[in-house]
Formats: sequence, structure tokens, C-alpha cells
Amino acid sequence: MRLTPAWLTLAACLLLPWMARAGDAPVRIGSKQFTESVILGELATVTARRAGAAVTYRPQLGGTRILWQALRDGDIDVYPEYTGTITHDLLKDLPADAGIDALRARLKPLGIGITDALGFDNTYAIGMRADEAGRLGIARISDLAKHPELRFGFSNEFMDRDDGWPGLRRRYALPQTQVNGMEHVLAYRALASGAVDATDVYSTDADILYYHLRTLDDDRHYFPRYQAVYLYRLALERSAPDFVAALRKLAGRIDADAMRRMNAAVKLQGRPESAVVADFLGVPVRAARGGFWPRLLRRSIEHVELVAVSLGLAVLLAIPLGVLAARLQRLGQLVIGLTGILQTVPSLAMFVFMIPLFGIGAGPAIAALFLYSLLPIVRNTHAGLAGIAPELRESAAALGLPPGVRLRRVELPLAMRSILAGIKTAAVINVGTATLAALIGAGGYGQPILTGIRLDDIGLILQGAVPAALLALLVQGIFEAVEHWLTPRGLRLEARL
Amino acid sequence: MPGPEAAASVAFAIDHASKHYGNVCALDGLSLDFPTGTTTALIGSSGSGKSTALRLLLGLEWPDRGQVRIDGEVLRPAHVLALRQRVGYVIQEGGLFPHLSALGNLALLPRHLGWDMARIRARAGALADFAHLPRAALERYPAELSGGQRQRVALIRALMPDPDALLLDEPLGALDPIVRHELQEELKSIFDELGKTVILVTHDLAEAAWFAERLVLMRRGKVVQDGRYEDLRDHPADTFAERFVKAQRRLPEAAR
Repeated sequence: MRLTPAWLTLAACLLLPWMARAGDAPVRIGSKQFTESVILGELATVTARRAGAAVTYRPQLGGTRILWQALRDGDIDVYPEYTGTITHDLLKDLPADAGIDALRARLKPLGIGITDALGFDNTYAIGMRADEAGRLGIARISDLAKHPELRFGFSNEFMDRDDGWPGLRRRYALPQTQVNGMEHVLAYRALASGAVDATDVYSTDADILYYHLRTLDDDRHYFPRYQAVYLYRLALERSAPDFVAALRKLAGRIDADAMRRMNAAVKLQGRPESAVVADFLGVPVRAARGGFWPRLLRRSIEHVELVAVSLGLAVLLAIPLGVLAARLQRLGQLVIGLTGILQTVPSLAMFVFMIPLFGIGAGPAIAALFLYSLLPIVRNTHAGLAGIAPELRESAAALGLPPGVRLRRVELPLAMRSILAGIKTAAVINVGTATLAALIGAGGYGQPILTGIRLDDIGLILQGAVPAALLALLVQGIFEAVEHWLTPRGLRLEARL
Repeated sequence: MPGPEAAASVAFAIDHASKHYGNVCALDGLSLDFPTGTTTALIGSSGSGKSTALRLLLGLEWPDRGQVRIDGEVLRPAHVLALRQRVGYVIQEGGLFPHLSALGNLALLPRHLGWDMARIRARAGALADFAHLPRAALERYPAELSGGQRQRVALIRALMPDPDALLLDEPLGALDPIVRHELQEELKSIFDELGKTVILVTHDLAEAAWFAERLVLMRRGKVVQDGRYEDLRDHPADTFAERFVKAQRRLPEAAR
């Protein structure tokens, strides 16, 4: 598919989610962005393989909402989840302490099944540097109330969710005002460097050991239980019954200590998730897919495909829109205003908005990048056409050329440089923004960046960031050459005068 | 070849035309006839409405009130393309398209009309000789041509489809005096040879008198005086006409 023309690729990207829903595709497993979820996803993947099911694994797809939506839409079949998240975020009508049987009954009408608890809780805890906590004499969360000067850096999800910071602050009447949201993995580094004093941690995090943190005692029992489980589509019980049976057998097999060790093996020792999971299951490690160069090539193809398809489609729509905008003043303002508003939607939000429409993977990423590409091209097409000297416009009209011929032979060539500059801007922005596409399973250079951030591995981050930067420069260079080549010689001569 | 034998021509008429741009009145009930085969100069100061009158004739502007007739038929938007294709129009500085070579400029309309490149080249070459433009200049871009050459190319572009009439809006306005003088001579002989309806807009009385038997002096969108140069000089219709003539008389007298 990768080598077929862009059009076919696009059609495939758009149709894939529906086709996948209809046919008997392999079991698709997803996981959230943090290491434990990636490990549990890998565990389900190996389990599926051992049960003889064809399987594809899309690690670190995003946050809870994205995974839940993808499961409900049938874009994935299985992902690891926590009971507390289900009762607090996903099915709010259930009591917070609902047992797994209650969850199972509630999920069944949705076509979703749930395994029994895997054997460990990953609940929220508040962590501080052990030396700092010792100095201030803080052992319990209620002790924090005596130190209003402390600065908190919480993961964005914790900041927003009901069972996160807002509820914690109420339960313990916490007075702190310096509270900021940040990426979970960055919060640890902020904590280590002293930029914040406390953060939310997960009780099985390897980082607790690595950063020498003290987890504060939840003396008022605020945090609910977060038992690890797998959620899966009930349809699997028909299409892959052996796998479902094997998945259910994982229940009770992983205690908190086992989980923490697996987390540490990945995060602290830098071992691949597949190896850690293979060790845990006592099976041989499956050879990793390709070396550095094949991997880079695959990511490059994915990345270029995202940029090229979205940009190509944007050009097809944006140039006519820009022409229309230049022709009809009112409509023009509306079009430029609307595309401008699209531009202000934060990138990650844009990607997430596309999921209900296009599922996960390249489809929504291309749709989001397409929308981002519109404004620079529409605006520059409009500006290029509006900037044509009135006497030239009138000369073309006075010659007796019909409007279409005028546009093709006179106006578009005169606006060409501006239009190309718009396309170039869109392309360079796209190369950068496309790194976020990995968050919704579209691959590309964002994949190693995402994994690198998660594992705190600068080398891995550079494996994505350096090629992305080089690609941006290459795109810039290519467009400058195209610009030189497509700009009529007469205009270049004129510019020199 | 362009020549007297190709003397199909157009009669233009403006009937009671008014045109406002916001509060500014460009034309105020203007009526003018331009019979076939005549050469007329519209003169007046800037803002007198002379350019607007010319643009009405090509449907580049439409009057708020009144109408334009072409060979007796009222001009409608649907006729405009066909009309423009049979009328040559030349503006100050030529209005050449900078992204096309001189030949590319000349070829625009003929290509749309379905001419092949050989016919376009032959016609362009013949007109270049006729307008004293070196043939080599046809391969150059506007930015590589002198002001006089650009104006010649603009004239050739207007003549390419062998138009039935020529409308010129300050065609020599941007040229230096020597080139301008030279082109005045050439244009005059071209007009005489073609024998088509020619309407020329200029603010230069001497130039108008050089080209046209009939001078129409305009002010504030109305005709002040319509007649020969001698009538204007010897019997100005009002004090404005008198001042206009006097102001121009200080220039070195152009021979007539």
C-alpha cells in the first residue's frame, strides 16, 4: 500500500476503519501512552499470538478518552484499563467502589467485556522527593495543608479529572496556589530538578525508586482503587475465543511487585517491552522488527505519506477557495476567517477531534494536517491574486479573454510565487505537526519521540526529532527549487529591476 | 497585413450616461457619437471623465444611468467578450503581462481564438515591422524592453486580431519626449493607414490635435466643447476651454 499513488493511499486511509469493522481483521490491541500500559498491551499481544490469533499492536495511542472511544468504535479490540478510571471517567453512573461484576454487567450492553483483576492496583499517589519530605516532616497527604508554599506539578489528566486534583484539594482542604499541569513524564524531571515539590505518581511507577520519592499516605482514603483489567470487545468471544480465554487467564497473575519490576526493567534498564514481557511469560523473545535503518525508512515513509497526502488534498481545495475568496469579497473574509479559526485549534485537540470521524491511525492525522494546511494556502492564494496590479487585471479583461482563461493564463501565473510560498509554509508546518500524529497511532517520526519521552531516552527522542528537522529543511529546499523553476522568468527579471 | 483593405469598423455611441463613484460624479449625462472610421480625441484634465467614457465603450465600466450602443445595438454584459475581441485597447505603460515574453503577450488572445503558433508568429513579425519594433524584441520579457518598445508591443497586442477599432488611454503618457515624439509620428501613420475607428484619451492638447480631426473637451463628466482644434483655439466655448487652451499653449507648439 505504501508505494501506491497518494490517491489510493488516501482512499485506503479513509476506508480502513470501516473496512476493518466489517471484515475479520486481526485482533487489534491498543495501549495508553505510559510504560505500564504499553507493557500490558504487549502482554496481551504475546498472549494473542500464543493463542494462535493474528494480532496487530498499536502502542501508546493516547489517553483514556482516545482508547475508550477507539474500543467503542471498533478501531481496537483490546486495551488495558483500570477499574477506577472506568467508574470515574467512563461510566459515571456507577458508584466509585463498584466491583468488577457490576462493571461487567454495565459494560455488556455496550458490547464490551472485562477480565477479572490482573492482580495489582495502580492507584494515584502523591509523591515528593524523599529528602525534601523528610526535612519538612511530611508523611501523609494531610501534612501538606501546613505548607501552602509548596509548588505542585500535576499531570494534565490529573489536573482535569474529577478524581484528580480538584477532588483532592477539597478532601484535604489544601491551600497551595502554585499548581501547574504538565506531561506526566516531565513532572518527574521537574520534581527531581526542584522545579516543583510534589506531583501525582502511579503506585507501580518505576520512577518512584529511580527518583528516590516518598509516596504520601492517603490518610483520608481519597484515591479509589485502580485495579488493572483488560477491556475487550465482546465480538472477540466469537471471532477469537482462544485468545479471550487466554486473556482471562492472565487475571490474578501480576502482583504490584511484578508490575513495578517490569516497569523498572523497561524504564530504568532500557529493555524493550517485548523482552520484558517474554521474560515474564517465560517464552523466547521474538526478534525485533528490523534494525535502525529499516525502522528509520519505515518511519520516513509514514511521515512523508502523512505530509504529502494531507498537503496534496489541501492544495486541491485551498487554491480554489483562495480564488473564490479573491473573487467574492464577503465570502473571502468568511473563508479566511474560518480557516483562521481552524488554525487556532491546538494540534493535539485537532487530532483527537478527528478520531470519531476517521477512527485512529493515518486517517484522522491526515484530516487534521489537511485542515491545518488550508489557511496558509488559502491566504496566500488570496493575497497573490488580490496583489495583482489593477491595470494588469484590466488589460486581461480588455483583451476579451473569458474569466477562466484570464485566471489560468494571467492571474494564477502572476500569483504563483505567493501561492507556492503558502504551500511551502503549510508543508514545513505539517512536517513538524505530523510528529504529533503518533499520538493517535499514525506512526512517523513522532513514534520514537513519544517513546523517548516516555522512557526518558534522549537518544530515542533524537531518532525522531533529527529526521523531522532534516525533512523540514529538505522540504524547504525542494520548495525553493520548485518556486524558482515554476516562477515565470519574466517575473524573476522584474524582481531584479 | 493590416491595411486600408481590412477596413471593417465600429460605430460607438454613448447616450445620456451618468456614473458615480461614491460621491464623486465621473460622468454627468454624457452623450457622444463616434461614427465608423473617424479618429476622435477626448481631452480634459484628470478627473474630467474622459477615461471613464472610454472604459464604458468596452464594458469595463457600466453607467448608473444611460447606455452604450455599438453599431446601434445597446451594449449588454453578454456581448462584452465578443466586443472586446474586435476592439484593440492600449493603456498608459502598456499593461503588458510581466510573466510572458513579448510574443507570449501577443499570443494570448489569438491562442484563445484558435490560431496556431505559425500564424501567430507571422502576424506578430509583420506587425513588429509595421510598428518599427525589432523582431528580436519579441522574444524578450517586458522587463527587458525599453519604455518605447513596451508601448509598441502593447500596440501590436491590440492589433493582433485585426480589430475593427482602437481605443487608447494616454498611450504615450509614460514616455520620454523624444520617444514620445517618434511614436506620435508612427501612430499617426498607423491610424491613417488602418482607417478604423480610433478614440484616443489624452490630457495633451497638442497630441490630440496631432492625431485627430475632432477634439472633445470634457470637464466634470460633461462635454465642454466638441469640434476641430482651430474652433477650440479661436472660439473657446467658455472660460474653462479658454484656460485649457492657454495652459497648453505655453508648451512648444506642436506643428499641425
